[in-house]
Amino acid sequence: MSWVLSIPLAIPFLTAVACYLTRDTPRAAWISVAGSALLLAASAVLMAQVLAEGVIAGQMGGWRAPFGITLVADLLSAVMVVITAITALAVAVYALADVSAVQERMGYHALFQVLIAGVTGAFLTGDLFNLYVWFEVMLIASFGLLVLGGTREQLDGGIKYVTLNLVSTILFLSGVGLLYGMTGTLNMADLAVTVPRLENQALVTVVAMMFMIAFGVKAALFPLFFWLPAAYHTPAFSVSAVFAGLLTKVGVYALIRMFTLVFTGDTEFTHTILLWVAGFTMVTGVLGAAAQQDFRKILSFHIVSQIGYMILGLALLTPLAIVGAVFYLVHHIIVKANLFLVSGVANRLTGSTELGRIGGLYASAPLLAVLFLIPAFSLAGFPPLSGFWAKYVVVKASLDAEAWVLAAAALVVGALTIYSMTKIWAEAFWKPHPEGHAPVLSALPARDRLALVTPIAALAVLTCVIGLAPEPFVQFAERSAAQLIDPSDYVATVLGADAAEGAARIAALEARE
Amino acid sequence: MKSVIVESGARFLVALLLVFSVYMLLRGHNLPGGGFIGGLVGAVGFVIQAIACGTESARKALRVDPSNIAMAGLGIALLAGLFAALFGDALFTGQWLFIGATEDSKGLPLSTVLVFDIGVYLVVMGAILTLVFALEEEA
Repeated sequence: MSWVLSIPLAIPFLTAVACYLTRDTPRAAWISVAGSALLLAASAVLMAQVLAEGVIAGQMGGWRAPFGITLVADLLSAVMVVITAITALAVAVYALADVSAVQERMGYHALFQVLIAGVTGAFLTGDLFNLYVWFEVMLIASFGLLVLGGTREQLDGGIKYVTLNLVSTILFLSGVGLLYGMTGTLNMADLAVTVPRLENQALVTVVAMMFMIAFGVKAALFPLFFWLPAAYHTPAFSVSAVFAGLLTKVGVYALIRMFTLVFTGDTEFTHTILLWVAGFTMVTGVLGAAAQQDFRKILSFHIVSQIGYMILGLALLTPLAIVGAVFYLVHHIIVKANLFLVSGVANRLTGSTELGRIGGLYASAPLLAVLFLIPAFSLAGFPPLSGFWAKYVVVKASLDAEAWVLAAAALVVGALTIYSMTKIWAEAFWKPHPEGHAPVLSALPARDRLALVTPIAALAVLTCVIGLAPEPFVQFAERSAAQLIDPSDYVATVLGADAAEGAARIAALEARE
Repeated sequence: MKSVIVESGARFLVALLLVFSVYMLLRGHNLPGGGFIGGLVGAVGFVIQAIACGTESARKALRVDPSNIAMAGLGIALLAGLFAALFGDALFTGQWLFIGATEDSKGLPLSTVLVFDIGVYLVVMGAILTLVFALEEEA
């Protein structure tokens, strides 16, 4: 039982070791692809098991919860692990043609796999301190990936990224410390039981705010998002794709987990703040994007604005809203990673990501143009693509909750998203190249072409599938939301019969005294 | 900067520290110590070598690139954890073998816990040396 949970963690670590030891040879890149494919298989097994049996939990080393390290997967965790594996596989294939030999020798593939391990661990852990550790694993790998190559721009972005993330880490750790001081446990399921019983609920709210800020930095929420657009346009394209797809989503996942499972005592206060933060995040992100003239910078600001939608879903805390948040999370990872991958190919063909200096892609590379249109339209929320359903559910939920202002904001932000996507379309694809180049795809070597275009096409197909047949995905999101809103299954599975037995034993001891 | 005193002192210190690091590693099984502290002590040995005779000679003494040592250590630690799969236990459950155990003596206990600790030792030593060598060579 517990091996279904631990294998998805072990695979990327073992792959990382193998990739690092072979980093001087071209084999490393293929090992990374193979490892990601294995991870996808393992996560599919995990998903099948969770679908069949509900929440599953495992105690590492056989130490019982709440004392040992618990791994736990409910539907949300499982789907996040699957989507992580899909992104990892797509990016690993893409990296075959995207990463320079110098970056490979510095251990790109190993760092990438460690990053994936960190992300997977963060999704699977059932322990708050462990979550902190996985965040660190992820951050250390991402620092490395961000500055790999060492250009001035990268170091500038890297320093902002490191600094703000350190602040967030300190807050996170202090929050963990306070929570432990109050409850004596860090097991999330155990916290869900003990936190509501605490006398000093005001202090709980203070700690909740510390976590909100800490995760808010990771998730790039307003007003803590500035590190993201400063850093994401600098590293290799495959790196920025995996960052864009996964890193901020771990913050969102942590927020969803903590603010549905543990901090639900004073939702009037905490979730109202989240609500307004979500609104501001949507609006500032999209306005920031409107002002940019660089392919990747526009996309980076759009990550910020889209995070707002997910947090809006969480903040409303109605079943439908949570469905929206979960659906949005999955949709956005696929679409955003894909858009960054497209920007990499555009850069390769035209020589820049600066919109003023490129063009002509529609005339000379129509395939790429189509592959850009699909995720771009999906991001903007055109029917029948995945983004439409995601936006539809979130907006419907906010209308139901009579949050008129936020529903309006969500719709306006959608329109402005179309504006930025149109800008990229007009500049990079529609207008002729300013220097008269004809950036054709066949200019690339056949191997590179295949490695670059296949993952983009696969992710685009996935977007279309979710868009055209949303029924099973929405049903899945509904089941997952039901688990989040009523976490009794989660708690019972983690603490299990052991907890009942322990409570009985303590009662017996007390009776004897 | 070369100094005769440091160089001749290093000869004793390096050997002493390396032996002591292994002692710390093994002692950590039941007493304070273990892979982490052992790895640090071992790294200090090579750092002294690097200060006294240059990183060139420390790298030579180490034979393998320190970052490779760290990654190999990660692999060893992980394999020690995965070993539990053969016995149907959860990941990282310690597996024990008591050689020559009788009714009133535990015999010689061997465990995957020690293998894990050796992995930690290598990770810590490799990581510290990667950093220190890089800093030394930069200057």
